[in-house]
Amino acid sequence: MASLISDTEPPSHPHPSSTDLLRRKKRLSASSSASVTTGDDGDSHHARWRSEKQQRNYSAKLIQALQQVRLGSSSSSSAAATPSPKRGKAVREAADRALAVSARGRTLWSRAILANRIKLKFRKQKQPRPAAAIPAVITTTGSISSSGGGGRRSWKKRRVTVVKLNKKSIPTVNRKVRVLGRLVPGCRKESVPVILEEATDYIQALEMQVRAMKSLAELLSGSNSAPTRPI
Amino acid sequence: MSGRRSRPRQSSGTTRISEDQINDLVIKLQQLLPELGDSHRSDKVSAARVLQDTCNYIRNLHREVDDISERLSELLANSDTAQAALIRSLLTQ
Repeated sequence: MASLISDTEPPSHPHPSSTDLLRRKKRLSASSSASVTTGDDGDSHHARWRSEKQQRNYSAKLIQALQQVRLGSSSSSSAAATPSPKRGKAVREAADRALAVSARGRTLWSRAILANRIKLKFRKQKQPRPAAAIPAVITTTGSISSSGGGGRRSWKKRRVTVVKLNKKSIPTVNRKVRVLGRLVPGCRKESVPVILEEATDYIQALEMQVRAMKSLAELLSGSNSAPTRPI
Repeated sequence: MSGRRSRPRQSSGTTRISEDQINDLVIKLQQLLPELGDSHRSDKVSAARVLQDTCNYIRNLHREVDDISERLSELLANSDTAQAALIRSLLTQ
């Protein structure tokens, strides 16, 4: 996976410290991933976002952020030339991209993030999922279609019928699921169970992202205030 | 939530998303939420509530990420110090 990350972001600057950093990063990530062997990666993706993935996303994001900073500082020599919201957004986008890359393309939202960043207009088709959490959604030509009507796509016809039970308020649940689908990237027009599953993975990924960025910020702020640290 | 029974009315060639599956997904989602993750309240919270809290939680996470990235961008503004700090942090880890 480290090679995949370096493929997407080729180090354009032959600065010795950055390449040194990259090499050290790969060694660190390789050693950490080798030490932490998760045997339940296929079973529950809860553990995935908490163990070795964290290290990988961390290192990937560091590389990204470094390059962003490089570009920012090289283009503007004077301080505060670039407005801070632009830099903040660049950091956010780099973090999101690193997060999506570390998802290994198995989830819909990660593919949507990467597709949006590269400005491609076509969406890849979903890979066949080995997990049996959701049974196969077969297209039906039933008369009852999911409310909202946003499931029309020209290249893929998929209509899901939801069994209407009397105890639940189906329109409310559907409406909220639609709102949730708008929050999760790439799930705007998906069916209800797809949105729910994507949301579970997305929330865990976001939590990990927050954790990693927080620790990174604390590292930086700690080192900035105290330049000499006991190693 | 009593009376959960999906009755397939159509032909056997079609598969419908039953309420049970959606319920399972919602329960899984609920376990992730910070406030509703308690196991003893698993069948007392409605799905709409879980979904609403999920939306709020995702919005909160987005905002938190934005704030932290703002902070990071300011910290990374001084590139020399940041370079040395990052190298040092990697060495210590």
